[in-house]
Amino acid sequence: MLALEIKDLKKTYKTGFEALKGIDLSVEHGDFFALLGPNGAGKSTTIGIVTTLVNKTSGSVKIYGHDLDVEPKKAKALLGIVPQEVNVSVFSKVYDVVYNQAGFYGVDSQTARQQTEKLLKAMDLWEKRGVTLRQLSGGMKRRLMIARALVHQPKFLILDEPTAGVDIELRRSMWEFLQEVNRQGTTIILTTHYLEEAEQLCNKIAIIDQGKIIENTDKKTLLSQLNVETMLLDLQQPLSTLPDLSPYKAKLIEATVIEVEILKEQNINPLFEKLSQHHIQITSLRNKTNRLEELFIRLVNKTG
Amino acid sequence: MLKQQLIALKTIVRVEIFRFLRVWMQSLMPPVVTIVLYFLVFGHFIGPHLQIQSGLTYMQFIVPGLVMMAVVMNSYNNAAFAFFMTRFQRSIEEMLVSPMDFHILLLGFSLASITRGLLTGVIVTLVSFLFTHELPQHIGILFLSAILAAILFSLLGFLNGIFAKKFDDISTVPTFILTPLIYLGGVFYSIQQLPHVWQIASYFNPITYLVSLFRYGFVGLQTINLFYGVIILIIINVLLYSANMFLLKRGVGIRT
Repeated sequence: MLALEIKDLKKTYKTGFEALKGIDLSVEHGDFFALLGPNGAGKSTTIGIVTTLVNKTSGSVKIYGHDLDVEPKKAKALLGIVPQEVNVSVFSKVYDVVYNQAGFYGVDSQTARQQTEKLLKAMDLWEKRGVTLRQLSGGMKRRLMIARALVHQPKFLILDEPTAGVDIELRRSMWEFLQEVNRQGTTIILTTHYLEEAEQLCNKIAIIDQGKIIENTDKKTLLSQLNVETMLLDLQQPLSTLPDLSPYKAKLIEATVIEVEILKEQNINPLFEKLSQHHIQITSLRNKTNRLEELFIRLVNKTG
Repeated sequence: MLKQQLIALKTIVRVEIFRFLRVWMQSLMPPVVTIVLYFLVFGHFIGPHLQIQSGLTYMQFIVPGLVMMAVVMNSYNNAAFAFFMTRFQRSIEEMLVSPMDFHILLLGFSLASITRGLLTGVIVTLVSFLFTHELPQHIGILFLSAILAAILFSLLGFLNGIFAKKFDDISTVPTFILTPLIYLGGVFYSIQQLPHVWQIASYFNPITYLVSLFRYGFVGLQTINLFYGVIILIIINVLLYSANMFLLKRGVGIRT
């Protein structure tokens, strides 16, 4: 069953800027789906149209089969949204933000109270329930946005840069929470600048650039397209010049770090043999960037 | 679905009423202080030297107008400020992404503003008993006109809230349009005392009908046809409601 079905979606702003040039996108029920793209690619416009905050120029959007133009209330009832920016009055209290959102979705007060307590505790904000928004740290505000988005128990959760500005430790705990939400049956679509986040969380990935979907597949298939990986080798002793390591494309980027491009079909063992022949001791081996990031840069540069 | 919509309505009304009650010293008291000063200066100090043709004292004459002025200003300011702030802080998005109907959105903000307008009106009326001991003569018309006024100016304030792009825009209309309309709507003088041309011009001012109806309810002085007055106000309210709904559905001020 399709949780989200977008067909030939176009958006041209009043300024004449064509943000979306006819995109098609399908998200299956249960997916943890990443929508990636550089700044200004059309991610937020797409999310804006799905959440009805942006008027589309043409095309159609269905949420669990409910067309946003025909049955907007049924479609929106299934949707939860974590916005890119905190969109709450700074004078609101933490508890009220979540509890009132349940009211806007028509959740009865008893269920709303139970859900609010459960989610604020899950997001480690229960102790802060009586304070106003301006007294919260950036990370707390992001967690509050997640609690608010889930209060009416949506089937489909949209996360627009949910961990922007959040420290690594907190980001990882939010990932665990979101993975659990997904395991319990909530379909999730995520936009993020942290490609590690998309690689870690998502099973399907679409890449949007200049208003067009340039890639849309499952993560494994996408990563298998990566023909070259760039590895960094940390050396025990500094080098002044790099010996010939052909057929590997290598360069010395610091006295103790070699950068090597390894093709998908290449075996890595001969590289170490060559390094041993030159008495070069390797202390560690790591990817220069994560695999998805490498692929993303190559794909976006190709279309640009 | 109706039950969910009613819960949403209750939520907006509760949130908005709580918002102005939480800052009651800023929201409810300033208009009361202003109106008390009007009672003192115009009613108590200057009033005894002024002549009103209807046989009423000047204090009796201006009390209904000043109560109506409080209702009008507070309904308007509340709706304009509340909706603009909701847009400005982008908390409007909380409501727009939900399955809430636009009718509920408009009704929610309007009902909260109507409540503030009427609450201020009640406080000012109670304070007026310190200056005049007249009891209202036609309670039905009194309530009807106060409610029609609160609805009309809540809807007008909401309209201002839709179009406003900056804070200046929500103070411009009260300063340059609303205040002149109130002052020229017969709060401080009888329309019948004006030259003919000004009398005709006054009938294009909705506040004239509101003040006249309210004054009839308060002290029994009839200066307009009550039936036509009520019908004109109902028509204006229906038009304003429709205009707000049209703009909301078009996404004016709330969607890009």
